[in-house]
Amino acid sequence: MAATFFGEVVKAPCRAGTEDEEEEDEERTETPEDREVRRQLARKREVRLLRRQTKTSLEVSLLEKYPCSKFIIAVGNNAVAFLSSFVMNSGAWEEVGCAKLWNEWCRTTDTAHLSPAEAFCVFYHLKSNPSVFLCQCSCYVAEDQQYQWLEKVFGSCPKKNTQVTVLTSRHVTDYRTSESPGSLRCPFLRALKTQTLKEPPCCPLLEQPNIVHDLPAAVLSHCQVWKLPAVLYLCYTDVMKLDLVTMEAFKPVLSSRSFKGLVKNIPQSTEILKKLVTAEEIQSNIYT
Amino acid sequence: MFVPSGESVSDLAGFTLLMPAVSVGNVGQLAIDLIISTLNMSKIGYFYTDCLVPMVGNNPYATSEENSTELSINAEVYSLPSKKLVALQLRSIFIKYKSKPFCEKLLSWVKSSNCAQVVVLSSSHSYHRNDLQLRSTPFRYLLTPSMQKSVQNKIKSLNWEEMEKSPCVPEIRDSEFCIRIPGGGITKTLYDEGYSVMTPQHLPCHGKCQVLGDYSLAVVIPLRFFDLF
Repeated sequence: MAATFFGEVVKAPCRAGTEDEEEEDEERTETPEDREVRRQLARKREVRLLRRQTKTSLEVSLLEKYPCSKFIIAVGNNAVAFLSSFVMNSGAWEEVGCAKLWNEWCRTTDTAHLSPAEAFCVFYHLKSNPSVFLCQCSCYVAEDQQYQWLEKVFGSCPKKNTQVTVLTSRHVTDYRTSESPGSLRCPFLRALKTQTLKEPPCCPLLEQPNIVHDLPAAVLSHCQVWKLPAVLYLCYTDVMKLDLVTMEAFKPVLSSRSFKGLVKNIPQSTEILKKLVTAEEIQSNIYT
Repeated sequence: MFVPSGESVSDLAGFTLLMPAVSVGNVGQLAIDLIISTLNMSKIGYFYTDCLVPMVGNNPYATSEENSTELSINAEVYSLPSKKLVALQLRSIFIKYKSKPFCEKLLSWVKSSNCAQVVVLSSSHSYHRNDLQLRSTPFRYLLTPSMQKSVQNKIKSLNWEEMEKSPCVPEIRDSEFCIRIPGGGITKTLYDEGYSVMTPQHLPCHGKCQVLGDYSLAVVIPLRFFDLF
């Protein structure tokens, strides 16, 4: 509870995030109809992993079905565009399957027929070396869906010889530092790695007290607990939309072992990146 | 589930488990942070669960360049064998509707690891205090029956005050009295689970709650805490 400027007492959100009393009350007063609505909503929010051709669900997790030595995951538009231009363009990649999910961030209400133009989560493997996997994830995976995603992709039998690399970006306002904000040169890269990854990352490690949330955090947590070598490269940027400068900030990762042999023509890739950004730009004018 | 971080699995039989409730002001979590760093407790594993919002960061208890790069996740277990102490630190909030399943999984782990007792550090909204509480110390405790027998004398010597019961429905004048811990997160649930002094065979199974029987639980609750936002 808090007193406003005008002296009225209002209920304000708790810093500890405890909405427990409301949740408990809801559960106590839940009718069978409420439970059914909740079950249907849970079914609608289920994460499904579908095979490319048949569009049928995979019976086991992706990494249980296919052997995987290297797994690169791009989360968010900038990381996805970077991988598209610098990695996917350099080799022949074949789509293996996709993850279909719906949550309140999705712009469509039709959960059965999410079109390719919508935010997506697609899995590819390299034709010349099918144990190298790539995931392009531009959709938002909500907190109640992150563990489902992990189960569908990684499964419950962790394979310790899979090296995982995650690329993502965050707004620089999430970055906590004692330095003055004016002195920060955006965009910049930071890394987090699991204990079993011996190779040093190609940028500084993320300093305390900064933390990472969402799908990248879920993936890294899974890798840390099950002792998989993994690294997360996080680009802090001051631009929220698809941005050339942000995407190019990921370039140092191309020299790491995770990307060895996967990148060929960098100048050509930069041109592709520019075209991607131009295609996405919409003329914004308050008068139109 | 508990996943050890090293190769060997620690034997926690007879240990005291310290844990926070994610509660108003994050008091319990801050206290556990202090305990872990002051006693220099070592990480022995993770409490890997789908009930907490995922988060990662580098070692919050770093003392040197070398140990500052160890990754930390949202629920980790630390121990100090010399004092038979084990601490569970929770660093994020519960995913909606997952607080009860978490309590069940936690208590299942407590039982299987044979911990002797559980101490929960919690907090409650200060504006819920009655006149008597406003005039007294801001610190309260609660014990489950099996704990009461073993620590009653110690509690008396410390002059701690037991958490008072308050009206279950404050708006109704002749409402029944019960233990209420507003802003206390899962504290009340953990306390209620520990209060049933029956063997598992005699408890009816309602489907939702896992029957665990009695375990020793102490809850310490500072009352003078403002929700800062």
